[in-house]
Parts: sequence; C-alpha cells; structure tokens
Amino acid sequence: MLIKRRPSWSLPESEVTPRSVYLNRRKFMTGAIASAAALAAPGLLRAGDSPAATPLTFREAPEFSTDEKKTPFDAVAKYNNFYEFGTGKSDPEKYAHEMSVDPWTVEVDGECARPGRYALEDLLKPHDYEERIYRLRCVEAWSMVIPWVGVPLAAVLNRLEPNSRAKYVYFETLHDPKQMRGQRSLFSTIDWPYREGLRMDEAMNELSFLAIGLYGETLPNQNGAPIRLVVPWKYGFKSIKSIVRIRFLEEQPKTTWELLAPSEYGFYANVNPEVDHPRWSQKRERRLPSGVLRPNWMETRMFNGYQEQVAHLYKGMDLAKFY
Amino acid sequence: MLPAAERMVSSVLAKVIVFCVALMPLIWLVSDVVLGRIGPDPGQEITERLGIAAFQLLLVTLLITPLKKMTGWPGWLRHRRMLGLFAFFYAVLHVFAFLQLILGWGDLWATFTRRPYIALGAAAFLLMVPLALTSTKAMMKRMGRRWKPVHRLIYLSAIFAWLHFLWQARSDVTEMVVYGLLLLTLLFIRAYWFGVSSLVPLRKSRV
Repeated sequence: MLIKRRPSWSLPESEVTPRSVYLNRRKFMTGAIASAAALAAPGLLRAGDSPAATPLTFREAPEFSTDEKKTPFDAVAKYNNFYEFGTGKSDPEKYAHEMSVDPWTVEVDGECARPGRYALEDLLKPHDYEERIYRLRCVEAWSMVIPWVGVPLAAVLNRLEPNSRAKYVYFETLHDPKQMRGQRSLFSTIDWPYREGLRMDEAMNELSFLAIGLYGETLPNQNGAPIRLVVPWKYGFKSIKSIVRIRFLEEQPKTTWELLAPSEYGFYANVNPEVDHPRWSQKRERRLPSGVLRPNWMETRMFNGYQEQVAHLYKGMDLAKFY
Repeated sequence: MLPAAERMVSSVLAKVIVFCVALMPLIWLVSDVVLGRIGPDPGQEITERLGIAAFQLLLVTLLITPLKKMTGWPGWLRHRRMLGLFAFFYAVLHVFAFLQLILGWGDLWATFTRRPYIALGAAAFLLMVPLALTSTKAMMKRMGRRWKPVHRLIYLSAIFAWLHFLWQARSDVTEMVVYGLLLLTLLFIRAYWFGVSSLVPLRKSRV
C-alpha cells in the first residue's frame, strides 16, 4: 500500500550524513563566493544559521512512514509559508529567529477536565518521541516529504481529558507583533492570531501528529517551533505552527483561511485532486525540490495518499461541498 | 571631439546603460538559477520574478513622459521605446514561463476562461502586442496621428497587470498597494496635466 515498511536496503536515519557535516560542506563550497561578495558588500550577508537546533532521541515509526525520497533539509527549512514572518517563501527563514521559543507555554481550555497553562515540557513529558516521514501537500500545489519527530496528537489530547461535549479541537499560533514582523504589517488581511481546528475524530486519528522536530533535531523556528500540528491528509495550512492554545469546543470553530476567503478554503481542507482551488487546479503537484526547466510534476492523490487511514472519517460527506 | 560627435557618443552610451539596467532582472534571475540560489520551487520563482520585472518596466516606461515634463529635457523620450520593448520582452518570458513551468501546457482553455486573474494577465499581455509591433519608426510614420491614441492602450495594460497581481494576493497586500500607488500617481499626473481624455485609448487627440 502507500505506507510501506522500510525495505531492508534503506538507510536508517543514523547512517545519514549529519546535518552539521553537510552544512559545513555547503559553507566550504560557498565560502569562496561569499568572501568575494563580503568584500564588495558586507551588508548583504547575514548569519543564516538558525538558533541552536538540539538533537532529539526518538524511535522510528516505519508503519507511519513513506519511503519516498525525502525533501532535503535545506528546502524544508528555507521554503516556508509562515505569514507571521512575511508572505515571501524565504521570509520565515530570514525573520523567524526574532521569535523566542524557550520558555514556551500552551494554554489549554474549553471542554476538558484538565485545563490550565502547561509548560511545553509538561505537555510532552510522559511521551516518547517517534519519527514519521510524511508527505506534505500545500494548497499552492507543491509538496514535500518530511521526517517529523514528535508525538501522536491523540496521546496528548487524551491526557487533557476532553469531556463528552468536546466535538472539536481548536488551536492558535502565537500572536506577538513584537516577535512576528508579519503581524505588524499594515496591509495584512489576516485577523491574528492564526487559528486552526479539527473535528475530534480527525484529531484522534492515528495520523494526527504534534511535531517538535524534523530531521532528528528540534524544529527550526520557521517550521513552527517549538510545537506544531501535522495532519498529512490535509493541505499544509491546516498544520498550524508555533501552537500556544489548545481549546476543546462543542461548536465548529472558524479557522483563519476560512474567515479570509471562505470560497477558497474550507474547514476540512482535505487534499482532493477532484476539487480545484478557484484560482488553480489541484490535480497535480510539484514535488520539491523541483527542476528548473521541467517541474517535478506528480499526480495529487486523494487524501494525499492516506485514504486507508482517513477515508472512513468522511463517509457519506459531499467532499465538494465540505472542502 | 566635435560637439556633434560628442553628443552622439553620449547618446549611444546612455542607451547602452539603459539597456544594461533593463536587462538586470534577467541577469539576476539567470545567475540565481546557475548558482543554485533560486530555491526548491524554481518554476514559481522564475515566473513571479519575470512578471514583476515586466510590470516594473511598464511603470518605468510610464515615468518617461512625466520626467520629460518635469525636467524640461526631451532626451528622456529617446529611451521610452526600448523600455517599453523590455517590458514586453519580460511579459513574453513571463507568459512562456507560466505555460511551461506552472501549467505544463495542459488545461489551457479552462485556465484562461475559468480563472479571472489569469484572464486579466492575458489581457494585459495581449494589449502589449500591438504596441510592440507598432513601436518602430516606420510604423510611427505610417500611423501618423493614430499612433498616439493606439499607444494609450498601455494604461489599460498596466491597470490589468496590476489587477492580475493584486488578485494573487493571499493575505498581505502591502506590495500590491505600493505598486498601485505608483501606478495611480503616474496616471493621475497625466490626467492633471493633459486632461482625463489624454488617458483614453483609441480616442483621437486634438494635439
């Protein structure tokens, strides 16, 4: 099926060249050009290294992982939609270091037995980390394959003991214009904070994941440090970053993109090649990194190829209506 | 040197400089591609940057007349044709990049009929075609007094191009607002100096 066990010939993560080593190699290669440029225009150069990433201890979860070719770390960390730091794809990498992620608190409220302010460590403490290699399909028709490290969302939510009225779970991203320059923009049409939500059964699905790292280390800020959602069968914007609030609700919450353009983005936002975005087709995607002259096109799959795990959640629903 | 020869040298030099500056966006883009700095989604990046370059050059072309009026130096006009043709050149590359790198030549009809922002971009581009074709000295001569009203289509083209750009904003419209204000200023000063009728394409002017 689409999610495969790791074949015997595949390299374990431990055999992969450590990130620091290949970054050094890159530095060496670009060194000559950089030093020439530095002489000419020192102001143009900036320290591009993200704030100290910490290696994580985790077990691999091949039963949840694809064996497709992973998108290189460089692309994953330098090509982001995180409008809190600007709308350009490279803005988050440039400006996300202005956000401080330690210490980090997550506020839990709504229909549950254990509301309160949780330090991130306390929210994660009893859980072991696992690595899952998921496909990520952006609503903009590009996609990546990313090795996330984190914990199943259901494990964390269950410990917060949602009650029987909890039909939805709602998330918010940090709202702090002092640290997030995109939130200071005069002409942004987003009503901050960024909001997302899932139906309870979606949140409890085995694929729903809270990531704290990628490529074996803590998340770069631009990828949603220190904790983010990953729901791989939905368009990327559902996978909310830098979460500061988890709220259990009886009513379906309004989400950011739904509020902004309800005809273009729905609450469900399941990956669906049959339902086009009004401004572009969703039938295909460019798997990144893509070629210069020949884009790396591939067919988009229903639920991003995760039908087996999630199709039952939407039985009987008109997915053209509930997009 | 004779003054006449000197003038010619400096005029050629000025043209060479304008040519090189107008070529910069392309040189920048190609060097980013060659040096691997274009990012993981080159098709998108290339298409966007060519589109922006076309729009910027359109605005620079529209700046020539106001510059002439403000400085009283008619020499600016010597560069207008080249700038306009550069705008068209980038627009051609932009359209080709979109078809090849984004669309892959599929769904052509549906794309242009069902997606208004693309239809607007196509309209902006198509309006530039007759202007490019009639930009030569010979065509100017042949068209005589009809040349000017026809070339006012550039205003419409610029407005369509801006709408095409604005329509693609997903949330933050800062960039679009800045370009919009520039375009508005350029059109407004014309209306102020020469009357609103001077902006209407295809309408015969008295002057």
